[in-house]
Amino acid sequence: MSIEEILKKRIMVLDGAMGTMIQRYKLEEKDFRNEQLKDHPFPVKGNNDLLSITRPEIIKEIHRKYFEAGADIAETNTFGSTSVAQGDYHLEHLVYDINLAGAKIAREVADEFTKKEPGKPRFVAGSMGPTTKLSSMSPDVNNPGYRAITFDQLVTAFKEQAKGLLDGGVDLFLVETITDTLNAKAALFAIQELFDETGQSIPIMVSGTITDASGRILSGQTTEAFLISVAHAPLLSIGLNCALGASALRPYLQVLGEKAPFFTSAHPNAGLPNEFGQYDQTPEDMANQIEEFLKEGLVNIIGGCCGTTPEHIKLIAELASKYKPRRILSMADSQ
Amino acid sequence: MDYQPLTINSRPLKLSGFEAVVITSASNFVNIGERTNVTGSARFLKLIKEDKFDEALEVALDQVRGGAQVIDVNMDEGMLDSKAAMIRFLNLMASEPEIAAVPVMIDSSKWEVIEAGLKCLQGKGIVNSISLKEGEKEFIRQAKLVKRYGAAAVVMAFDEQGQADTYEKRIGICQRAYSILTEKVQFAPEDIIFDPNIFPIATGIDEHRNYALDFFRAAKWIRENLHHSHVSGGVSNVSFSFRGNQPVREAMHSAFLYHAIKNGMDMGIVNPAMLEVYDEIPKELLERVEDVLLNRREDATERLLEYAETVKGVSKKKEADDAWRNGTIEDRLTHALVKGIVDFIEVDTEEARKKYGALQVIEGPLMAGMNVVGDLFGAGKMFLPQVVKSARVMKKSVAYLTPFLEEEKKLTGASGKAVAKILLATVKGDVHDIGKNIVGVVLACNNFEVVDLGVMVPAEKIIESARREKVDAIGLSGLITPSLDEMIHVAKEMQHEKMELPLLIGGATTSRIHTAVKIDPVYNGPVVHVLDASKSVPVTSELVNPITRPSFKEKTKKEYEVMRKDHASRQQIKSYISLSDARKNKVAINWETSPIVKPQFIGRKTFKNYPLEEIAQHIDWTPFFQAWMLAGRYPDILKDEVVGAEATKLLTDAKKMLSEIIRDKSLQASAAIAFYPANATTTDDINLYDATGKTFKTLRFLRQQSKKAQNLPNFCLSDFVAPESVEKNDYIGMFAVTAGIGLENLVIKYKSQIDDYSEIMAKVLADRLAEAFAELMHLRVRKEFWGYAKSENLSDAELIDEKYQGIRPAPGYPACPDHTEKKAIFDLLKAEEVGILLTDSLAMYPAAAVSGYYFSNPQSNYFGLGKIEKDQVAEYASRKGMSVQEVEKWLAPNLAY
Repeated sequence: MSIEEILKKRIMVLDGAMGTMIQRYKLEEKDFRNEQLKDHPFPVKGNNDLLSITRPEIIKEIHRKYFEAGADIAETNTFGSTSVAQGDYHLEHLVYDINLAGAKIAREVADEFTKKEPGKPRFVAGSMGPTTKLSSMSPDVNNPGYRAITFDQLVTAFKEQAKGLLDGGVDLFLVETITDTLNAKAALFAIQELFDETGQSIPIMVSGTITDASGRILSGQTTEAFLISVAHAPLLSIGLNCALGASALRPYLQVLGEKAPFFTSAHPNAGLPNEFGQYDQTPEDMANQIEEFLKEGLVNIIGGCCGTTPEHIKLIAELASKYKPRRILSMADSQ
Repeated sequence: MDYQPLTINSRPLKLSGFEAVVITSASNFVNIGERTNVTGSARFLKLIKEDKFDEALEVALDQVRGGAQVIDVNMDEGMLDSKAAMIRFLNLMASEPEIAAVPVMIDSSKWEVIEAGLKCLQGKGIVNSISLKEGEKEFIRQAKLVKRYGAAAVVMAFDEQGQADTYEKRIGICQRAYSILTEKVQFAPEDIIFDPNIFPIATGIDEHRNYALDFFRAAKWIRENLHHSHVSGGVSNVSFSFRGNQPVREAMHSAFLYHAIKNGMDMGIVNPAMLEVYDEIPKELLERVEDVLLNRREDATERLLEYAETVKGVSKKKEADDAWRNGTIEDRLTHALVKGIVDFIEVDTEEARKKYGALQVIEGPLMAGMNVVGDLFGAGKMFLPQVVKSARVMKKSVAYLTPFLEEEKKLTGASGKAVAKILLATVKGDVHDIGKNIVGVVLACNNFEVVDLGVMVPAEKIIESARREKVDAIGLSGLITPSLDEMIHVAKEMQHEKMELPLLIGGATTSRIHTAVKIDPVYNGPVVHVLDASKSVPVTSELVNPITRPSFKEKTKKEYEVMRKDHASRQQIKSYISLSDARKNKVAINWETSPIVKPQFIGRKTFKNYPLEEIAQHIDWTPFFQAWMLAGRYPDILKDEVVGAEATKLLTDAKKMLSEIIRDKSLQASAAIAFYPANATTTDDINLYDATGKTFKTLRFLRQQSKKAQNLPNFCLSDFVAPESVEKNDYIGMFAVTAGIGLENLVIKYKSQIDDYSEIMAKVLADRLAEAFAELMHLRVRKEFWGYAKSENLSDAELIDEKYQGIRPAPGYPACPDHTEKKAIFDLLKAEEVGILLTDSLAMYPAAAVSGYYFSNPQSNYFGLGKIEKDQVAEYASRKGMSVQEVEKWLAPNLAY
């Protein structure tokens, strides 16, 4: 059964945070290195994506925990695997390998679960984060016309990432945590070019991030403007993730729920981090908040972002099975 | 506009800038601003050619304010690098929130310019234009790319044969283009906007007579037959032959639009400032214009030309929304900062400078304005690009003030260099730097020199660079959670290196409470959490200024300490134990072996006019300097690089005044002390016995109730006195001392001489003398009056560090926070007899006074009561015979509930 068919029938569950789970392992600089990287002259601690190569068993274990908790879709451990983001660690040359490895690991675990439970096929979404640079805002206030990165550079970077993910066998692309819509547009452009070049095509999910109380994407767009700006691409779903907890995300999800001609998704944080950077929203608290918008029929795909754990996903999955998915709008309805 | 549009049932055209713009059939008509077009505006072309992009940007802003819902940008000019100009202008527009709110129309006849423009738009804009001019293949290629970049497209009625100039050619080409787009490219039909060519009329050429009429008919046909598509055009073209004649052109534009809209045109490139209201066009003019548009008369053109001669040169006055210009100078500056308006900033800055002086403009109205910006941002009423814009207005103002600042500095003799040097870094493991960069700019705007180390900076590098660059403060930034730990690490390293530089903490995950609880305690230098860029300047200014730094540091350290305590107590919120359990965990003293010494006398003893000379020898000078806001320990402070000279001078003056006070006996010191036999009760009080052994007074104490780690008792002061149950008399003492008698006269004397310095000095000295007197008296109590430590022989430093046996806690302080117990002490001492009174609010008068209890037990020590539970408060109230409410009032900071 294709993911589109499943989505028409029920709310699907995306997994939870990767970073939060990795933090539990209390890894040190040496854990991030392998033989190949032992003399790499720059620190790589904190480069979680690298673990797909250097500590694959950890990443597999995390995927397994989320699938066990009831997730339908695992996100690959490739959020920061573009040459732009890896450039901060001087690891641009490993980008393809990291994506390939990240995709293969998730694929392997997903297949293992699908084999056990053929009635509940597990999917792999290739996570594509926003990179570390904005293409529509200047980092230099004195020089507002300056851009730290261009659209073309982003297209090149995203294409390299998407290629690795596609070769590694992902079922979907997930362009997520979008802080600058122009970066997302570059990712979508790159993916479509890749489709043209390879003759392959898989569904695309996009997910924006509302960063502050203004209710806007960091680069200034409202939720509706964001939707309009990416709606030209053949999307499976559009949604919101990160930055805010479930309750705070709800008004913006309503906008998407009302206006998007695609499936909608949400993977909020486990509330806001407390002053010590920890997320202390319990699985029960978060599930209660999420139940609100499941009741309202706002989403088709639900999961968790920063601070969420398999315990959160387990409760969310239980809830998701109780509610009907959002009815997708036709183009004509979306006025 | 009240023009009646053609009613068509079609899908909306959805566009976006920062905001969504959804054009439905109910939207009437969409204005596209045309002044940012080098082919249509000589002024704009001149600005671009002269590289005045800032002013060119103002043109775009004017259009948005004038009501344009989409902005057309065209850089097609032979002498320009059109592609570079397009990219630069679009990027600049993106940084102007008011402009960036609306979608952009990228207007060029060159595909490479269009494509370059598309790569700059985060929103969904419009390409103007593509056409079949170069054949079907190229048309399809371009259309596919437009779709992939996510834009709508204007499709010109233009094909391989040329531009359509008749009704038939217009609909023929549009039909063909529509089929290709919808069938071969899968272009969304609602994203197709046809431009069926608006040509000049009234040119005198016969073939042109039907241009307008044919346009109207074609528009109607397109909207009715090419479903969901739209019709647009460049309106000012129509009046081309009347250049220079505003009234006629404005009338022509309005009348043209009136008819075009009726026929289905739903968008247009229009200069809103060049439109007359249709109903206000003089009747005669309207008739002649419509004759031309609709080709109603043979002599229509001549008649319009004739009319035109009569109205030449009359032009409409432009009105701008500038009511805010009438506000006060402070309001205007705030408005300009919040709205990011640079137009008047120099004029306003100059006005403010005349009023305040250059430096004060920055520290006063500009910072006030930036605070407003910061607050609005915090409340979600402004978003980042707007804040960035505000910072730029700030910068312009500061740039204007800079020469004046230099001059002011020369006048005041200060050096011309930057206020201070600030190091900024995003900590190791974190690559986010947007906020840090903004802080950098805002600081630079305020004349700070910024050393930006970039991202992923390890602690060693921060410390090394700080030393090498001799910076005045360090600012750490971070966005992700692990950065919080890294910041603690940096602070620890700074402490390890014995640095004293101010440390500023900022970034999305940081917080005041985290800074207070986790970072401040590991670093002795000043640590301050900076909420956002707008707050960075006032904080940094206070911290790098040697005069304000100590007090600011102390204030912040104190605030953070309070927050820490508060935090700690909240953390323990569920870890209180009952009063009865707390009593079971009292301080364990073996009263069989613990020494009990009988004081040399029982009852009170008073001391009047105690020799000040002797007291003065016991002054602890460290708090003296703190009182003067100079941080550092005496005597090291006298050699301090920064404040040493100041401290030395201060001490000389103090000693001079002190000897005068001693010589003139202008201050007098008096004291009362008393000792009584006593035992602790089972309810934490201490009973005092008279000569017959009867209880004649009871002192009330409170017990800690927080859950303690193993082996730590729940302290109560009464634990330090033998309980009734051991059947041994123990003793307790009490005291009240002052050195402030006569201070009032001294103050009056200095006030009359308008000598603030001496006035403050006198007060500070009186306080120090009172403290010294309390110390001296405690020493004498230990060695003679109570005599439990006759052989004590400690150095001054050891005395200051309280190395001696026994304590002298005071009501109102952490171990016994209940101020009302002072009454019992004062009653027993009859303190008023030596000149110390208790006010209604239980403050001592003169203020330079100290009172408290004496406990002698070797195990007695100072502690903080912390929070207590309701059970104790209720019992304490009944013990004291007060209402629970009143006790709660006095003990408010200590209530755990």
